[in-house]
Amino acid sequence: MKDTPELLSTPLTDWHRQHGGRLVPFAGFEMPVQYTSVLAEHATVRDQVGLFDITHMGEIRVTGADAGAWLDSLVTNKVAAIKSGRAVYNAMCREDGGVLDDMLIYRLAEHEYYVVCNASNQSKIVTWLGEHLPAAGVTMQDESYETALIAVQGPEARTLLTRIDAFAAHTETMADLKFYSAFALDVDEKQWLVSRTGYTGELGFEIYLPNAAALPLWEELLTKGEDLGAAPIGLAARDTLRFELAYCLYGHELSEDVTPLEAGIGWAVKLKKESFVGRDALVRQKAEGVPRKLIGIAVTGKAIARQGAVVRHAGRDVGRVTSGTYSPTRKQSLALALVAADVAADELTVAIRDREFPCTTVPIPFLTARVKGDPRAKRDLS
Amino acid sequence: MVPDDRKYSQEHEWIQVDGDIGTVGVTEYAANELGDVVFVELPEVGAEFNLGDSIGTIESVKAVADLYLPISGEIVAVNDAVVDSPELVNSDPVEDGWLVKVKLSEPDEVERLMSAADYEALLGG
Repeated sequence: MKDTPELLSTPLTDWHRQHGGRLVPFAGFEMPVQYTSVLAEHATVRDQVGLFDITHMGEIRVTGADAGAWLDSLVTNKVAAIKSGRAVYNAMCREDGGVLDDMLIYRLAEHEYYVVCNASNQSKIVTWLGEHLPAAGVTMQDESYETALIAVQGPEARTLLTRIDAFAAHTETMADLKFYSAFALDVDEKQWLVSRTGYTGELGFEIYLPNAAALPLWEELLTKGEDLGAAPIGLAARDTLRFELAYCLYGHELSEDVTPLEAGIGWAVKLKKESFVGRDALVRQKAEGVPRKLIGIAVTGKAIARQGAVVRHAGRDVGRVTSGTYSPTRKQSLALALVAADVAADELTVAIRDREFPCTTVPIPFLTARVKGDPRAKRDLS
Repeated sequence: MVPDDRKYSQEHEWIQVDGDIGTVGVTEYAANELGDVVFVELPEVGAEFNLGDSIGTIESVKAVADLYLPISGEIVAVNDAVVDSPELVNSDPVEDGWLVKVKLSEPDEVERLMSAADYEALLGG
């Protein structure tokens, strides 16, 4: 008999269970998918402020004189070119250009970087990095299991964070913190990282901190955010929020069978970089013509086109839906689909439960980010 | 907790019978399990179905469920309010969130359905 692998918990799992969180297995963790209602939680983040336990994400610290150059040899964007205290969005590819994962990479200091990858790919990425690690000049430390991550997202996020005791001496830094910037601070002799990033399209922050500090911070956020409408948000609303911004989700828009050029994150692929794993394949694909593209569609009719639904044009299969849901903000059935690059924009249908529903193409993102300068919301729609 | 003025199916539908007309909806448990309902598709008035037939769909943000008729008969009314405002299924599944009215063709089938107490036991188990 094979043992069922035990699900991992976060420092907040018991809190979620005690406060109405519906817990589901997700990427090896037991995570809250919903507390009250997806629509209500979605609205909380768009209008007020929501708290997310995303401790399941992977964190890998990379240090050494060659750390930046080494990371640059493995990811699509420019890592060593950013200043300390900045972050950059990347894809990490195989030789054939297929995406192993998408990730944020922070530069914490001259020779110190912090790689934040998806929970579902954490062991794959740690292994991949380990296999490519040079004999000297770079060290890596997987800190995933000792690091908690709390996202605070919504128009009131900054107001809420300025009320938190640990940030009392940092209110100016917090006020000036630019999008895709971060600062480290010491709390009880441990390092925390506060980052102005998120996955919602709203003003937001992500706080990396030691496991032991997570529950006290979570409770302080809820207590001090009560008048701001602060509430915990589950993974289901995290998905509808990122969907409206057309942010890629690994396993949906991104996979090892899709290149970043196809998935619409070509802006994060710097082909002028001297070399990185997958570069040759991507250069070739760009020269020959990217065969598929990610588009937005609106379904005409009362049905949701979910992942895997076949998109057709004049009876011919032209692609598949990667993510689809009811958009709480636009109040309509929308989907992202990976389709043949040459497909016409009109007369498309999508197959849902053995029926063909007409659909129209709509520009993505479906919603404009309220965050100025969000590169992931400025998509190439061609 | 579940109303005891009606019968229940294994698929979490309720039916309230008045003469030869049965009003059908989904239970609060089903509505909670589905989460926020955003689309409801119901059959045409006049359509005839057998017990257990799928007569429509209830779709929430996260899932879609078939609506099964817990009894045989002809659809004599559908609740347009629910089609226009699917959130009624969540806010009031057992009254304003009713889905269809059926003229029973096999009234004896009602006896096969669960009482409120049996249905509560099913949920409790």
